[in-house]
Amino acid sequence: LILIRRIAPSPVPMDVEGDDSALPEDSGRRRKVHGMLKLYYGLNEEGKSNEQPQALDPCDINGPHFDPEIYMNKLRRECTLAELMDQETCMVKQIRSLDSDMQTLVYENYNKFISATDTIRKMKNDFKKMEDEMDCLSANMEAITDFSARISGTLQDQHTQITKLSGVHTLLRKLQFLFELPARLNKCLELQAYSQAVSSHRRARCVLQQYSHLPSFRGIQDDCHAIMDKLAQELRQKFRDGGTSAKDLSECVELLLQLDEPAEELCDKFLSHARSRLESDLQGLEAEIRPHSSSSRRESSFHRSSLTAAAASDELLHAFVDDLAACYFSLVERRIQEEKSVGDNSLLVRALDRFHRRLQAVAKLLPGSSVPHHGTEIVIRAATERVKQYLSALQSFYMDSLTDVRQALATPRLSVAGGASHLGGAELLSSLSASILNQIKSVLASVHLFTAKDITFSNKPYFKGEFCSQGVRESLVVSFIKFICQSSRQFCESAGDKGGSTPPILLLLLSRLCLDYETSTISYILTLTDEQFLVQHHTPVTPVTALCAEAREAAQKLLNHYVKVQGLIISQMLRKSVETRDWVNTIEPRNVRAVMKRVVEDATSIDVQVGLLYEEGVRKAHSSDSSKRTFSVYSSSRQQAARYAASYTPSAPLDTNLLSNIHKLFSERIDIFSSVEFNKVSVMTGIIKISLKTFLECVRLRTFGRYGLQQIQVDCHYLQMYLWRFVSDENLVHFLLDEIVGSSAHRCLDPAPMEQSVIEVICERG
Amino acid sequence: MEDDAPVIYGLEFQARALTAQTAETDAIRFLVGTQSLKFENQIHVIEFDDENNIINKNVLLHQAGEIWHIGASPADKAVLTTCYNKTSDSRVVSCAAVWRMPCDLETESHESPDDSAHNPQALELLCHLDDSTYGNAACVLWEPMGDGKRVISLADNHALLWDLQESFTQAKVSSTATLEGKGQLKFTSGKWSPHHNSSQFATANETAIRAWDLRTMSQIYCIENAHGQLVRDLDFNPNRQYYLASCGDDCKVKFWDVRNVQEPVKTLEDHSHWVWSVRYNHSHDQLVLTASSDSRLILSNMVSISSEPFGHLVDDDELSEGEDNHQEEKNKEPLKDSVVSTYEEHEDSVYAAEWSSADPWLFASLSYDGRLVINRVPRALKYRILL
Repeated sequence: LILIRRIAPSPVPMDVEGDDSALPEDSGRRRKVHGMLKLYYGLNEEGKSNEQPQALDPCDINGPHFDPEIYMNKLRRECTLAELMDQETCMVKQIRSLDSDMQTLVYENYNKFISATDTIRKMKNDFKKMEDEMDCLSANMEAITDFSARISGTLQDQHTQITKLSGVHTLLRKLQFLFELPARLNKCLELQAYSQAVSSHRRARCVLQQYSHLPSFRGIQDDCHAIMDKLAQELRQKFRDGGTSAKDLSECVELLLQLDEPAEELCDKFLSHARSRLESDLQGLEAEIRPHSSSSRRESSFHRSSLTAAAASDELLHAFVDDLAACYFSLVERRIQEEKSVGDNSLLVRALDRFHRRLQAVAKLLPGSSVPHHGTEIVIRAATERVKQYLSALQSFYMDSLTDVRQALATPRLSVAGGASHLGGAELLSSLSASILNQIKSVLASVHLFTAKDITFSNKPYFKGEFCSQGVRESLVVSFIKFICQSSRQFCESAGDKGGSTPPILLLLLSRLCLDYETSTISYILTLTDEQFLVQHHTPVTPVTALCAEAREAAQKLLNHYVKVQGLIISQMLRKSVETRDWVNTIEPRNVRAVMKRVVEDATSIDVQVGLLYEEGVRKAHSSDSSKRTFSVYSSSRQQAARYAASYTPSAPLDTNLLSNIHKLFSERIDIFSSVEFNKVSVMTGIIKISLKTFLECVRLRTFGRYGLQQIQVDCHYLQMYLWRFVSDENLVHFLLDEIVGSSAHRCLDPAPMEQSVIEVICERG
Repeated sequence: MEDDAPVIYGLEFQARALTAQTAETDAIRFLVGTQSLKFENQIHVIEFDDENNIINKNVLLHQAGEIWHIGASPADKAVLTTCYNKTSDSRVVSCAAVWRMPCDLETESHESPDDSAHNPQALELLCHLDDSTYGNAACVLWEPMGDGKRVISLADNHALLWDLQESFTQAKVSSTATLEGKGQLKFTSGKWSPHHNSSQFATANETAIRAWDLRTMSQIYCIENAHGQLVRDLDFNPNRQYYLASCGDDCKVKFWDVRNVQEPVKTLEDHSHWVWSVRYNHSHDQLVLTASSDSRLILSNMVSISSEPFGHLVDDDELSEGEDNHQEEKNKEPLKDSVVSTYEEHEDSVYAAEWSSADPWLFASLSYDGRLVINRVPRALKYRILL
């Protein structure tokens, strides 16, 4: 049994022929059996013994250290009779199943042994047959070798004879050719097939030379010489005429060279011919600067022919080529400079490409020449020039679109009176920024042609590196963005003093534009550029953040300027209204002055204007109820009025200052023309601050009568009613208006403030 | 090197007019004129004791009316001019007059403030500088460095040159200049140039600055649109004859070379509201003082356009002393134009600022609420300029 078991682990690897049908169902069970057997022999999956503590348990029936005695004793001791019976039946069942398993294994292994034996026997038979056949084959091969040797022996004689005969034949052919040569040459001369003549003569020349001691050959040689001299004469004549085409000319030269004419002389002559020809060509070009691509083609073909002709005299040629090339380049450059219109860049790029390609060909023929180098320089110059042109085109486009915006802002104002035009602000902004972006994109696309794969010069290091980073990114895109910022700043500076030339809404629009640039557009454009041109930053480039900062600064400046301009417009109204009135001898106030209404109207329209482009912004918390607020304003005003009245009793002159100083101590210092934030409330606060401060300063320069003071009270109350809603901190308006009323009370000859209720009535009446 | 703290003096009334006592070169003394419609107006003579950091004051009554402008004679310590508003029959008229301070002022100066307030002396009127045909006076300019016999008064659109005779008791108009043009033109301020033998003065009206020749009373040059808005004040550089500073409602201070009036040489935009006063330091013209209604006083160091653009010039023999010295001079960076200091002691609009005539490193500023602040140039800068 142990023997059989020992075999048992092997079937799985041995299973080559495989009883496939049995395997799938069995494998599960068999593996289990296999495992158990392994366990029995103390083998582990990994190989050697791996003693586990529980495996030493003598009561484990599956363990290797199983002791039936101890197990039996244990069972007897621990179990009842019924349990023993059960245990027994269970054990019997297990033993039976183990037996059947074992039988199956034995059977299977037996079958396999038998089939293996069969196979080995069959192989033995086959090998024997093969050995016989091999022997037969080698005998046949030997016979074949024998035969072949015999055949070649018999054919030897005939073969040598045939070789000799064919040698004679060729000799005869050659002789015939020689004899016919003079006639042939004559014919060629007649037909002007010079090249054929020369090549024939060249072939015959050395033979004739060699056999010239034989009289017959000598005659032929003399004849040939005579003919060839004539031919050379003719060729030289033709060459001297120079009227023939370049190709003919170079052919001539080639033939003459083959006829052992002196190379130097020929070269000189040829070059002078070529020069006169090229010069006339260049003159033609100069006269009517035609598309240079065609001319460049002609040009370089000349170069090539000249090169083949005079390969001997390098220096001469270099000088010649350089000379002409310089002339040619100056023409090309002039031509390129005339290419001003930025319309179709692809044409230019293609022309440059062709030009560059031709020069590349020259470079191959004339490796030491500086011509292709110069050519590349021209291309680079043309490219940079082009970039500059695009920049200026972009700039003028930008200025044009600004003019358009200006017009768009101006025209509806004429037709639709009042604030209707402001509705266009947001749309104008979006159309403006979209058109600028489109323009930039199209320019980028045009410039991108310079670096296209199929353009020969695009893989020059310049076009790979510097052109992308310095040329396109820096001097085109970055410069343009900088230009936008700069021109925006110029709006602030040039118009700064008068404020009249630039419409304020344009300032607002531009400020928003710059802000948009700062937040998104700049990084978008630069990313676009970097992606399109695969910019590798070898050289330091302007970082996005710097540009953004610049744009933000410009936006800030524009917005500040806008606030200043709008503030000034309102200030100007207030100042005129204060300065031109005789406040001492004015009548009792019955109305709010028209100027104040105008101020409120203007503030409202500015509010609408700004609201279209900027977000609302944060306000300090208002008191929830506006009516309550106005009430609180009354009370504070009343207090103040009372304060003035009281302070002007002669007994306490110091109190005024004390009170107002204490008041000021607790209020923050107000910067009038300070920087504003990018939101509506801040902008409005700025404008109102400027206006009210002007009002205050003007009031302090005047002297008031009783009714003058009352009029100011009424006006201030009116402003209070309407201006609080625009500003971030209503206390600011309160403070400034209090200051105005206070100052006018100080400047009043007869300070008798008006009853608050009367003021209210007047203001509500409008 | 701690800088001394500013010295603050409070007046009971609102005030706009401030001047240094020009003829006084020993004591640091300022004159302040008050503005009150209800009470007697006063002129406070404020003397600053530099060593003890104490202010002594004298109050003189100016009964004629509220003072808008004050000017001290450069020759006689006791003589001054004021422009004031007089109200009569509910009409406000601006007048100008020459006054003399009581001569026994000195004896009173050390008394306690309480006593001086209780019985103030009045100014002695010397003469009126009024001619009803010429309108309201805006300011009176003394001839700089003169014998104190000539003044110019600006009234509406006229500039009047007065000769003061008989020890100031008589004033006679010797010549006049009139600004012609559309609308109601009015001079806002002016300055008599100390250069060219005191033969020129400049005026400001609206946005323009004009200079006049006293001998012919005709215009020499004009800076149209010198400022975006009203020009508030101007001052001549005491050391460079063609340089002039101006300030105005566009919050800017501009420096002009009058030989080319198209563009300012320099523009400062440090204030956040109208600039009411600009003053060159009398001896170190790189120091410029500006006062603004943003309640701030700014001291700027305008080295690049001053008469000493490279700092203190080193004498030749000093240079030859040794290489090291030379090296050191070279290494010293020239000072850049900059704001030296911003003074925030005021709570209200500052309408006037003046350098002391006695101490070139000391200045006073006056805000509308009657607060007078005396400050000094920071020591570091002072030594930098001197050494």
